[in-house]
Amino acid sequence: MSVSPSTMAAVRASGAVPQAEYLLNAENVRKEFPGVLALDDVQFRLKRGTVHALMGENGAGKSTLMKILAGIYIPDQGEVYLKGLPIRLKSPLDALENGIAMIHQELNLMPFMTVAENIWIRREPKNGFGFVDHGKMYDMTAELFKRLNITLDPESQVRDLSVANRQMVEIAKAVSYESDVLIMDEPTSALTEREVEHLFAIIRDLRAQGIGIVYITHKMNELFEIADEFSVFRDGRYIGTHASTDVTRDDIIKMMVGREITQMFPKETVPIGDVVLSVKDLSLKNVFHDVSFDVRAGEILGVAGLVGSGRSNVAETIFGVTPATAGTISINGQPVKMNSPNQAISHGMAFITEDRKETGCLLILDVLENMQIAVLQDRFVKYGFVTEKEITKACKTMSDTLRVKTPNMEERVENLSGGNQQKVLIGRWLLTKPKILILDEPTRGIDVGAKAEIHRLVSQLAKTGVAVIMISSEMPEVLGMSDRIMVMHEGRVTGFLDREEATQVKVMELASK
Amino acid sequence: MTSEPVTAKATTPTLTPRSRRRLPPEVNILLVLVGIALIFEILGWIFAGQSFLMNVQRLRIIILQVSVIGIIAVGVTQVIITGGIDLSSGSVVGMTAMIAASFAQSSTWARPVYPALTDLPFFIPIGIGLGIGLLAGIVNGWLIAYTKIPPFIATLGMMVSARGVAKWYTKGSPVSGLTDQFNFIGTSIWPVVVFLVVALIFHVALRYTRYGKFTYAIGANAQAARVSGIDIERHLIKVYAIAGLLAGLAGIVSAARAQTAQAGMGVTYELDAIAAAVIGGTSLTGGIGRITGTVIGAIILGVMISGFTFLRVDAYYQEIIKGVIIVAAVIVDVYRQKKRKV
Repeated sequence: MSVSPSTMAAVRASGAVPQAEYLLNAENVRKEFPGVLALDDVQFRLKRGTVHALMGENGAGKSTLMKILAGIYIPDQGEVYLKGLPIRLKSPLDALENGIAMIHQELNLMPFMTVAENIWIRREPKNGFGFVDHGKMYDMTAELFKRLNITLDPESQVRDLSVANRQMVEIAKAVSYESDVLIMDEPTSALTEREVEHLFAIIRDLRAQGIGIVYITHKMNELFEIADEFSVFRDGRYIGTHASTDVTRDDIIKMMVGREITQMFPKETVPIGDVVLSVKDLSLKNVFHDVSFDVRAGEILGVAGLVGSGRSNVAETIFGVTPATAGTISINGQPVKMNSPNQAISHGMAFITEDRKETGCLLILDVLENMQIAVLQDRFVKYGFVTEKEITKACKTMSDTLRVKTPNMEERVENLSGGNQQKVLIGRWLLTKPKILILDEPTRGIDVGAKAEIHRLVSQLAKTGVAVIMISSEMPEVLGMSDRIMVMHEGRVTGFLDREEATQVKVMELASK
Repeated sequence: MTSEPVTAKATTPTLTPRSRRRLPPEVNILLVLVGIALIFEILGWIFAGQSFLMNVQRLRIIILQVSVIGIIAVGVTQVIITGGIDLSSGSVVGMTAMIAASFAQSSTWARPVYPALTDLPFFIPIGIGLGIGLLAGIVNGWLIAYTKIPPFIATLGMMVSARGVAKWYTKGSPVSGLTDQFNFIGTSIWPVVVFLVVALIFHVALRYTRYGKFTYAIGANAQAARVSGIDIERHLIKVYAIAGLLAGLAGIVSAARAQTAQAGMGVTYELDAIAAAVIGGTSLTGGIGRITGTVIGAIILGVMISGFTFLRVDAYYQEIIKGVIIVAAVIVDVYRQKKRKV
């Protein structure tokens, strides 16, 4: 028997909430989507005052479970209990009113409203005339921020805030509902190290107040740093729950993938050839300045630096997305103009951008259409007509080689997991047979298995003589994959490190210099 | 490198295989058309005591009426697929009709616009008309691609200005006395032939050419299309130019059918064309749409107008109902989009 959310809300308001063993638990939950069994008899138990991490590869069912807990999906079978009482959540608002708040990966704030307005939306304090009492709202926000140790002006507009600060606003908003359960979906994916520290401090504080936190992450080190417990899911099934002090990194990976990944960063030593791409004193006004480097055939040049250091901007400029305001780009010793991506492609360049959704995938189109779009610039076209048979075959072969998990080539890309979307994009560019490959955060938000596959692939490409530039915020990835590392800070190159001398400490020193 | 297999162990997918022999989306729209026609058939027997469909004359009129809107809708569909909109097509019809007709006048006519330029061979007025339409389209495309103003505004401006040109051109008086050669294209079922040929050409272009693939890609995600090497600016100009060219063609056909041109020709045609595209399954958010759907959408509009007239429904009600149907088509589109997302 389920208690209706409104009854629960009333019970909660009266304060007569029974002390249960678990703050929030889900038992025997099953959820099916057309053609996909997303969750199969899954359990999840969150204790009061703990941080509980959800681990698993993309497509393991973490997101589905989390959305069930947050009232976005309704399970086909199984029960969800809030403080021991069975509850059926029908909407995110239901969940919120019952003290379950979720902070989405894509932040859901209104950019043209102030911080305070965003936090108290729908619950604005009113004055005697029924109008919003902005003064009081300001004070309430200031008080909330003080409690959370956030230093933000409640009056500033959300669109002027950095991603990290928006995240803080989201957290403050969730806390303002006096939530007992906070669900965080990869909250650190766009944060710098210092911002992550601040976030963790807030999380620890909330935990001390008895709040239960569901924490979804792909980053192993975060798990050990912040989580008390973790549950692992694989292919829609529950694998197990453990205390994070009881296990090693390898144990978790084993649980997540159901097999051992022997080599995470399988960089092979390959002979380094001639300079393919040479960049001299490249500048983009007000963004980055005097960037110079060479990349050789077979070499992987890692680019490290904090978010906002200009790494991605350099990549965009080299690829002609935002043409340079000064400096030269040479390919095979010849200076070339790079005023559009089209020119870059004709010089044998390929660019896998940082943001899959914004600048990569054609989400509403199918796998085939996504894969063929770049190569159609100069191949598989006769008198304007696309040679359907040949391109379909080429795309299918590429899809099989990269092991894209998709029911068929006509599946919309938005229905694929992040890792598979990334593979489709890699396929798109490999079809153009690039000589220079630029990868910007190639494994962000991708599960461990797909990550290793992508690393192996990049390594093999280098072996065939492709010059690779790989931008990454993940230190082990940069250190493991690169022959050489270029470090940037605030729009300038602060140094180069060879593979042998590079360490996490050295990179961080250069990145924050 | 593609010949070398990637040797990483992949997790075995546990997806249950999707049995997805998807029917083309046009099938649904075709069913709607058949349904509407049958409803009129039944209502015809009940209220008018005669068949709606078993009347060759009526079917002929429906398809003829549909042709002009249909020609425009083929262009508008492509614009909408790129994520844009073209509000100017109705006015461009009026403008090209006037200008083309002024070069198609017979010497037997009392007061031609250009007394020295009468009895010209048919290809001159047609060429001029197409050229004017193309030019209007290029201006639209250039404005949208390079000044980055929203397509709604750019084509709204063209809509107002082109209508102005149509009125200014003869200070409001109609252009009549057109040569038989020119009028020929509007006689018999030639407008239908023009419509179907245009539809076929762009159906093939959208589905099988690079032009088509790029059009969908831009509509699906312009930024990603740009990074993939597509020259978005140039492509948008092409698409709007084609839409303008087809509006020009529609203007020529309109003038030839009426055997005269008036400044008010084509008023609200742009809305009918957009409606035809949307009813036919073209998504206003871009990236989705097919010419076959648009053709059926245009026929649905034609059948409805004819059916209401047949049932002697007041013209005012007809407009009200048409508005409701356009909105309903978009609501259906929104739900279809939602459903497709898993």
